[in-house]
Amino acid sequence: MSMIEFKDVEKYYGDFHALKDINLKIDAGETVVLIGPSGSGKSTLIRTVNGLEEIQEGQLIVDGFDLHDPKTDMNKIRKNVGMVFQHFNLYNNKTVIENIMLAPRLVLKRDEAENKRIAMELLERVGLADKANNMPSALSGGQKQRVAIARSLAMKPKCLLFDEPTSALDPEMIGDVLKVMREIAEDSDMTMLVVTHEMGFAKAVADRVIFMADGQILEDSSTEQFFKDPSNERAKKFLSQVANH
Amino acid sequence: MTIFNHYSSLFYSGFGYTLLASLIALVASLVLGTLFALLQLSKKRLWSGLGNAYVQFFRNVPLLIITLFFYLAVAKVIKMTGFVAGTVALSLYTSAFIAESVRAGILSIDKGQMEGALANGLSYGQAMRVIVLPQAFKVAIPSLGNQFINLVKNSSILAFVGGLDLMYQGNLVAASSFDTFTSYIIVGIFYLVLTLPLSYGMQYLEERLQGNR
Repeated sequence: MSMIEFKDVEKYYGDFHALKDINLKIDAGETVVLIGPSGSGKSTLIRTVNGLEEIQEGQLIVDGFDLHDPKTDMNKIRKNVGMVFQHFNLYNNKTVIENIMLAPRLVLKRDEAENKRIAMELLERVGLADKANNMPSALSGGQKQRVAIARSLAMKPKCLLFDEPTSALDPEMIGDVLKVMREIAEDSDMTMLVVTHEMGFAKAVADRVIFMADGQILEDSSTEQFFKDPSNERAKKFLSQVANH
Repeated sequence: MTIFNHYSSLFYSGFGYTLLASLIALVASLVLGTLFALLQLSKKRLWSGLGNAYVQFFRNVPLLIITLFFYLAVAKVIKMTGFVAGTVALSLYTSAFIAESVRAGILSIDKGQMEGALANGLSYGQAMRVIVLPQAFKVAIPSLGNQFINLVKNSSILAFVGGLDLMYQGNLVAASSFDTFTSYIIVGIFYLVLTLPLSYGMQYLEERLQGNR
């Protein structure tokens, strides 16, 4: 069953054609990594999946809902589709544990004791149980991102979107975040769509790699195939450039 | 001092009405101002246009004109005393300025806060109420403090429409005692009794909220 399906999707920012004729199907449980040079439309594409960006043409079906249909209730989709941002976007006016408990309380009406138990469990899982009552401003970037992941997981989503989750982190922080992401990919049947520049992570975790440039999908192959022998010339060039440093 | 002793009940009564008008107008203008700030920021053209028109109208017309409009025109349709007309006018007038402060506060909050909340499953209203507005108010406190202090001083507009406030009583005392200077000095001191604590209160609030960021 497909979790996310793009059919002939077009996206414009004014005159700028940001996504061109996107056709893409991601099955439930799959881990898909989206790579490409900056400005290629990766972030735009991932942000259309939970409706943070509107599409202008085509069909985008997420978890059975058509996002291009104005009657679709976006909140219903977002309940089941979590997102982790490059700049974390933790609630600056809430403590760490409140960040995690807020949406389950307001949206899912989860019982307060249960909510707290789940939140603490998640904090332990990302190794930050001792920071539960800190404000986000007291955390390092890597810690913030792990809290953000815990916040998304607290909603028990079917699908998680990662928009360059390690790009704003200091190098020594990246490993902890990737480790958490890897555990999610391996231990759960979560659908994951990840925009990243971490090739090691892609190689180790992804079922499929999608290469984008200039708003188009240029290659969509299995991870093994992609890293061994990409068919697209630009993908080849991109890989060799990334591999060189 | 003899003037004060002689007319103290008038001063106290005026002080009471000024305090009451200020409190009502403060709450009303804060609620209205926040509402119109949200309208101005709406993605729907109609709503944002409406919000904008309201703010532009009320902040660009003298308070005295608005007050007289309510006292002379609106009061013909809906019966109201000078006190009510003045307080309503003061609320509407101040709300336009508060809307601008709150709007600036909201715009200063990183877009990621709203996006994070929406992506987390919150509705726009929930995200605004629980995440964005509390942070926006924190930013807006110094400017809101200004508006509140202006509001208290502007409440002297009630004197023009027989609003029984401090300035109204001050005028009476000045006229019957013939000691204009002392009368208005006393009135001025009473205003300070209201505005100084307000001023320091807002400053305290600002510092305290900075602390627990």
